Amino acid sequence: MARLNANNLTVAQDILSRYPVPRSALIPLLHLAQEQDGYVAEDAMAHIAELVGVTPAEVMGTCSFYEMLKREPVGDYMVNICNGISCHLLGSSELIHHAEATLGVRPGGTTDDGKITLEAVECIAACTEAPCLQINYRYRNQVTTEDFDQLVEDLRDGTAGVAPHGQLAKVRQHIGDDRRAGVSPPDGQGEPAWMARNPSDNGDGS
Amino acid sequence: MSAPAPQDLRIITSRFDVEDGHTLAGYERTGGYAGLRRAMEMAPADVHGEVRTASLLGRGGAGFPAGVKWGFCPPGVWPRYLVVNGDESEPGTYKDRLLMERDPHQLIEGCLIACYALGLSQCFLYVRGEMAHAQERLAAALNEAYEAGYVGANVLGAEDFSVDITLHWGAGAYIVGEETALIESLEGDRGMPRLKPPYFPASIGLYGKPTIVNNVETLANLPWIVSNGGEAFAAMGAENSTGTRVFAVSGHVATPGVFEVPFGTTTFRDIIFDPLYAGGMRPGRTLKTFIPGGASAPWFFEEHLDLPLEKTTVDQAGSMLGSGAIVVMDDTTDVVKACHNVVRFFARESCGKCTPCREGTSWLEKILSRILAGQGRSQDLDLLMDVCDNISPGINWPPRQTTICPLGPSAVSPIASALERFRSEFEAYLPATAVAVTTSAGAVS
Repeated sequence: MARLNANNLTVAQDILSRYPVPRSALIPLLHLAQEQDGYVAEDAMAHIAELVGVTPAEVMGTCSFYEMLKREPVGDYMVNICNGISCHLLGSSELIHHAEATLGVRPGGTTDDGKITLEAVECIAACTEAPCLQINYRYRNQVTTEDFDQLVEDLRDGTAGVAPHGQLAKVRQHIGDDRRAGVSPPDGQGEPAWMARNPSDNGDGS
Repeated sequence: MSAPAPQDLRIITSRFDVEDGHTLAGYERTGGYAGLRRAMEMAPADVHGEVRTASLLGRGGAGFPAGVKWGFCPPGVWPRYLVVNGDESEPGTYKDRLLMERDPHQLIEGCLIACYALGLSQCFLYVRGEMAHAQERLAAALNEAYEAGYVGANVLGAEDFSVDITLHWGAGAYIVGEETALIESLEGDRGMPRLKPPYFPASIGLYGKPTIVNNVETLANLPWIVSNGGEAFAAMGAENSTGTRVFAVSGHVATPGVFEVPFGTTTFRDIIFDPLYAGGMRPGRTLKTFIPGGASAPWFFEEHLDLPLEKTTVDQAGSMLGSGAIVVMDDTTDVVKACHNVVRFFARESCGKCTPCREGTSWLEKILSRILAGQGRSQDLDLLMDVCDNISPGINWPPRQTTICPLGPSAVSPIASALERFRSEFEAYLPATAVAVTTSAGAVS
């Protein structure tokens, strides 16, 4: 698919404005591309390379390291079942087997209707709620096989209340221009002004 | 000995029950940003002094004193950066996500205090990619805090103190929790740890500049420390493990949960068995083993229950408190499968940079897989230990490293623990007749 559209280009510029070195924005921009298309398209990587000032190959190099960034289309819903040790102890393997049988795919696979991609993932930090899973990175805790079947039904009906794959946080950071401290390049900076403060000279305590 | 009432001793989880504790209004109403105001009345060096006095140990896993780590910034080298490690991924660990979701302003205030104390000119808050809700809670909190004048230009109206906090998020890689890998990732690269020395990014870190990398829980303690003084913090807990710590107790317990307890005085028995905490085993079950500090930690057993949750004691007993993750296994546990689960994790998450880790962890996983499949060879248990010895010579604690970071040696812990204690359970998986393996050199089995 596509390069970043006009709206997302504005978002991308806002993200870039928060880093002293543009390349640092690479992962957030790759997420933005995934939010737009549901996966990170090759054209989007080329566009990000232009924005950040690196080659498309370098963008690919970073992109391919991280599990969340998908370079091929996936289902509308990523169903990621936790297989960390705490979930393992409370039945995650059985839940994964049940999911495989119900959906007819192995972890990494997408259902024929293109709705659901199943993954068995490492610990997602909900260990006291085992076994747990995430749908597009939103938690479901203490999931039974019955819960799972209901979830699949809701996802197929579109009643699960989960945004399509790609969107992470629903709130973006935004800094008003009058509120920015101002991002400077890493070279040529001196000691920050407040380090000269020495209130104890003014009889404060000592 | 009964455990102290948890409600009375909470420092950093005190707003977990406050419905709007994640909003600026809720935070201010419950004393929020008082620590920042107090800090800004002090000289930056004195704020650093309070953190040294508090003897605050880093809460990310290594347990290094934060005040000492802060002191490693080379004098006269500017700018300096703060990077918050919110990439919580160690199996069994569940505290930083809660701290970010339920009390984001407390973390932001902690970041501001650290920046003020050390002259850090910008803060990057690196949140694990999979934690969408934590990201949006922090984004909302930062937007509020910027608007209200706590963050950004002229903090609290001060002409000389301005600092930006940039919310950053990862994309799925356990290794990025290692602080130099975190910096690589923040620079837009593959998250692979950097060669040491330098051992601390405080000397050479982000963009080659002095960089303090602190865990979320570590920073969340700063508002309380500055408001109440380092001495008050050091008075809580034990001599070498001060303040409180947040532990997640999960696995086969009656009431799994996330508990903030006095650091160093509460025992494993308290936190696993006391009804105030995890409430003991499930009905009719007995304790088999437990992991005291995340998947990287050697396992503990019944005889370790009366040890306090104190860094030095646990280190000397041959394991670690690590990231505050206690995973309990009862008598129904198949330890071979549990061991395989943990080793598979490290094999999958190895970044591939160092050969002993890349090859070693994946071979350990393969050998355990074939044992579980009933195709183990008679020499496989010794072979497992031999591979472990190649990754971490001597298989001692603390582990020797043949690798840049501790990920590889971490895969050794569960195997060494489980094989030593439960060798017969591994042997039970081996076929009754040992499988002979013939190579060009002849039969080796």
